[in-house]
Amino acid sequence: MKKYSIFSLARNAIGHHENWWQAWRSPEPKKRYDVVIIGGGGHGLSTAYYLAKEHGIRNIAVLEKAWIGGGNTGRNTTIIRSNYLWTASAGIYELGLKLWEDISQEVNFNMMLSQRGVLNLGHNLQDMRTIERRVNANRLNGVDGVVLNAQQVKDKVPIINISETNTRFPVLGASYQPRGGIARHDALAWGMARACDDLGIDVIQQCEVTGIRREDNRIVGVDTTRGHIETNRVGAVTSGNSGVVASMVDMRLPIESHPLQALVSEPIKPIIDTVVMSGAVHVYISQSDKGELVIGAGIDKYNGYGHKGSLQVIEEQLAALVELYPIVSRLRLLRHWAGCVDTCPDASPLVTKTPIQGMYFNCGWGTGGWKSTLGSGWCFAHTIANDEPHPLNEAFSLKRFETGAVIDEHGAAGVAH
Amino acid sequence: MLYIKCPWCGWRDESEFGYGGEAHIERPQDPDALSDAEWADYLFMRTNPRGPHRERWVHTAGCRRWFNAIRDTQTYEFKAFYKMGDQPSGGEQ
Repeated sequence: MKKYSIFSLARNAIGHHENWWQAWRSPEPKKRYDVVIIGGGGHGLSTAYYLAKEHGIRNIAVLEKAWIGGGNTGRNTTIIRSNYLWTASAGIYELGLKLWEDISQEVNFNMMLSQRGVLNLGHNLQDMRTIERRVNANRLNGVDGVVLNAQQVKDKVPIINISETNTRFPVLGASYQPRGGIARHDALAWGMARACDDLGIDVIQQCEVTGIRREDNRIVGVDTTRGHIETNRVGAVTSGNSGVVASMVDMRLPIESHPLQALVSEPIKPIIDTVVMSGAVHVYISQSDKGELVIGAGIDKYNGYGHKGSLQVIEEQLAALVELYPIVSRLRLLRHWAGCVDTCPDASPLVTKTPIQGMYFNCGWGTGGWKSTLGSGWCFAHTIANDEPHPLNEAFSLKRFETGAVIDEHGAAGVAH
Repeated sequence: MLYIKCPWCGWRDESEFGYGGEAHIERPQDPDALSDAEWADYLFMRTNPRGPHRERWVHTAGCRRWFNAIRDTQTYEFKAFYKMGDQPSGGEQ
């Protein structure tokens, strides 16, 4: 792999950036692969990457129906944190955060990780009690966190309105995770595609899986728009479309797909240097390097694959935004889009084997998949390579819906990402 | 915003409605006889199709009554509205 460096940058600047080398190949699908990953998003690419790097499996295809960086990986609001309540969640999300801290060096691609801290606001007494409980749980699990009062929030976020007298949802305080922050969404997609390619993995775009073949409850191959591919192990990492893939093997999942909307404002000078989220009023905000305010909402209530949502969701979100940050009231919006997220009833993911031999699912990350992209891929790679879950993702199995050991993270995941 | 036809009140904006997810999931007749897997299927598993979806809505800010609809989850276009307990007419899936 040719390395990116200050020298290659200078050399290509002289050439007016017209001679940059190709970052990854566009190979034709081979006849047979040891593992086929369906879905070339961040989670799928990370899975392939760790399969090759940690488990020595090189004959892998990542099948992407559209293009790399065009799905939810390229549509999220880039927030990274690991301050989840339950121990099982702390394990997998904290692994993700730790991997984020090293990945830029590891794959020689600047993911622009900025650990600028993440605040989760509390708006009433119960919110604050929940926050204290969650921060204490985090610290017991080795995840950093502190509880802030309203004035401390104001010190970190000068534009926030902490008045208690004329606000519908006053700010009483927040949880704060200093190691949280943001990272560049499409850098992850491109960087991991390049890293996979370097390890000999075939990243195949414009290749949609149309069927999965089985014999005696064993996977034997996948049918795609570019022909049949033989394989005995399939990892489905298709977020919103997981139900569609599950129906190919006559399975049903505890998942519903919803539109999740986000938007950015016109670029302005720096006004906020951290990330502020509020699950109660359904809005979260950070500022990109270009100066745009990146703003996210809660999911639309109905099932939807259409990559679009309803306007009243945006209206409610912006009303909350303006109350929290009066300074933004006259900003114009630049872009507005939606992804398609796979929500689980307990707001926790599935990284799991299935009753079908050789069929694995990594899905159900719902509104909060981005932060855990790498941790998810790492655990899923282990699961596929050993046909056994790693202790870190053992709890995130399909079985939990039968045993009742669900991992309720609505408080920590909820609306906020 | 979706535009939804309540079988009692007629066409109204989506913001008047609540959503109830997949329709026609029937409560088990003999709950004691169910295995854990069957309970999981009833409680948690969903068809979640990309395409026509039979789903429940409630006219929260209107007559407060529940009804069923068939809506395409890709285009969001409603194909039919029908009352609770009814089956869709016209042979829709």
